[in-house]
Amino acid sequence: MSTEPVDERPPSAGPLSNLIAAAVVVILGGAAIAGSLALGAGSPSEPGPGTWPLIIGAVLVVLGLALAVRARDTGEAERFTRSGLLVAAAVASMIAFVAVIATIGFEIPTLLLAFVWLRFLGHESWRTSIITSVGIVVVFYALFVGALDVTIPHLF
Amino acid sequence: MSSVLDGFAVVLEPTNLLYCLVGVVIGMLIGVLPGLGPAATIAILLPITFGLEPVTAIIMLAGIFYGAQYGGTITSVLLRLPGEASSVVTVFDGHALTRQGRAGTALGIAAIGSFVGGTLAIIALTFVAPLVADFALDFGPPEYTALALLGILLVATISSGGRLRALTAAAIGLLLATVGRDDFTSAERFTLGNLNLADGLDFVPIAMGLFGLGEILYNLEERHRKVQAPATVANVWPSRADLRQSSGAIGRGSVLGFFLGILPGGGAVLASLAAYALEKRRSKHPERFGKGAIEGVAAPETANNAAATSSFIPLLSLGIPANATMAVIFGALLIQGVTPGPQLITENPELFWGVVNSMYIGNILLLIMSIPLVGLFVRILRVRATILAPITVLITLVGAYTVNNSVFDIGLVIAFGVIGYLMKKLGFDPGPMVLAFVLGSLLETSLRRSLLLFDGDPTGFFTRPISGVLLAALIAVALLPLAQPLLRRRTPLAAEKDRGEEEVGRGTPEARDPGPKEPQAKQAAAGTPDSGAPDPNTSEERNSAT
Repeated sequence: MSTEPVDERPPSAGPLSNLIAAAVVVILGGAAIAGSLALGAGSPSEPGPGTWPLIIGAVLVVLGLALAVRARDTGEAERFTRSGLLVAAAVASMIAFVAVIATIGFEIPTLLLAFVWLRFLGHESWRTSIITSVGIVVVFYALFVGALDVTIPHLF
Repeated sequence: MSSVLDGFAVVLEPTNLLYCLVGVVIGMLIGVLPGLGPAATIAILLPITFGLEPVTAIIMLAGIFYGAQYGGTITSVLLRLPGEASSVVTVFDGHALTRQGRAGTALGIAAIGSFVGGTLAIIALTFVAPLVADFALDFGPPEYTALALLGILLVATISSGGRLRALTAAAIGLLLATVGRDDFTSAERFTLGNLNLADGLDFVPIAMGLFGLGEILYNLEERHRKVQAPATVANVWPSRADLRQSSGAIGRGSVLGFFLGILPGGGAVLASLAAYALEKRRSKHPERFGKGAIEGVAAPETANNAAATSSFIPLLSLGIPANATMAVIFGALLIQGVTPGPQLITENPELFWGVVNSMYIGNILLLIMSIPLVGLFVRILRVRATILAPITVLITLVGAYTVNNSVFDIGLVIAFGVIGYLMKKLGFDPGPMVLAFVLGSLLETSLRRSLLLFDGDPTGFFTRPISGVLLAALIAVALLPLAQPLLRRRTPLAAEKDRGEEEVGRGTPEARDPGPKEPQAKQAAAGTPDSGAPDPNTSEERNSAT
């Protein structure tokens, strides 16, 4: 019977990342409360635009504090490891994609994003990376511009 | 009855047949591939449904959902790698059968069980959904308030990652739903002066980001073992003895799956676990389980399909999605200008019966595909995740743009993709967040109308029989964790049930080493955020709650 793990998971997160998550929840709740009070909290008989967000804000603060109290219980939280850098690089490539697509069309950003993901994030060979990314652009062009006639910004 | 028959006429239109086929093929593919689950796939494909008729769109999306239940089995049986969370328990006996050279039998029984479970559930749905809808026609704002709250709470209760995290995710989802113009006073809320937010956050970029992109980013962290090519599969036709042996399991799995699928928060994952536990407890030779008992494949595979089908009942007859995948389909209906609810059957019969009846066709197509074409689908596993990832991400980004021709929407998808990734890393299931976001405006509107109705007196909720009962159930579910130590001592039955459930996870030989079970469940749960791997405690709660 094979015993090798099917998946590899990073080690569990420490209490610190749980505390940060809890703090974000409390801050979000606090912001919601402040925002709803500015909108007008209303009253039970005359609920205003701020009533419901005020309730949710209060609930969030309570939940966030409860999360903070139980910060040692890491549950399924995972530690951020070096492979998290892959994700950061992936996000950066997508932000670059969004930043330029409106001005230079979708072809070049699509080609570059696919290539970066294949070659540098996926460690595919140069050959596979080039062929696949060119293929993706051709298929996307045929599909979105040719067949579906979508108004996506394009060069040609 | 005539509207049921008209539904068949709708299904048999060539376009609808084609999209039914497209849906089940996509469902089967993503079921085979570990990583993306049905909720993520449906979210990513939302943009292409815009140009379709509502009934065609939903036929396709439904096909993806139940098709994934078939596909998830294949990798569980052949590779001990569940493609979907709902096929995790199939691994135990399914893979044991493969090791004995009986992979074909396991796959054949799973396909037959899925077909029977799915079909029986459609027949039951045909009779039950109109009754529920009829009952719900009198529901007013207080009932909807209670129902929406109960739905969110139940989903949070069985969510992976614990109820505190799930409730937090749900509360954030409700808060996100308040962004934009207030329906009652037109006051702009939390828009930060951004015109793009004046009409509120759009459902599509949120679902695409949290489910689709979030999962892609999460999977980028190279957590999957290299998948080796599976053994060839011979003789998928189960023998008569196998069929006789599993017929009881298939029957019980259908009924159990159907009922667990209707419950808000229930669904395919819970149904598969419960059906496996039931068969093991009923068996005269429980020691066979985990070593290649055919019932151990038949029961969960039947139950997950029955549950996938019956979870359409709360969506189509009450307008309350029971799990995250249904929340995405709910969003798809809203985009099509159809508001699911009790009036759907009478006002839009061709949509309702068209979608329901398409499931018969879909199940037949899946049965046809999954027996002879298993080898073909398994070959998909040879396509590397590193090649699929950029393709999926580009479909997501370009697709997000096409919805409103808006670059801002692509930005939203990326933002929510990052949020979804961070949530998963920190142990938060994004499912409850999407579900709460979808139900948010219904909940707020109903609550405010109720309060106006009761003149601000919240006890009014308890004076109406239906909302009172629903709220009592809500309080019971909310308080159960506090009462659990007491319950455990006082009801030996529940305690025994609890142990039975635990055995599913821990008692089988394959799961005893700490490696496989945990990560599998987690990885697969990430694949289908509609429900996590339920822990024994929560199933005990559910038993007591119902």
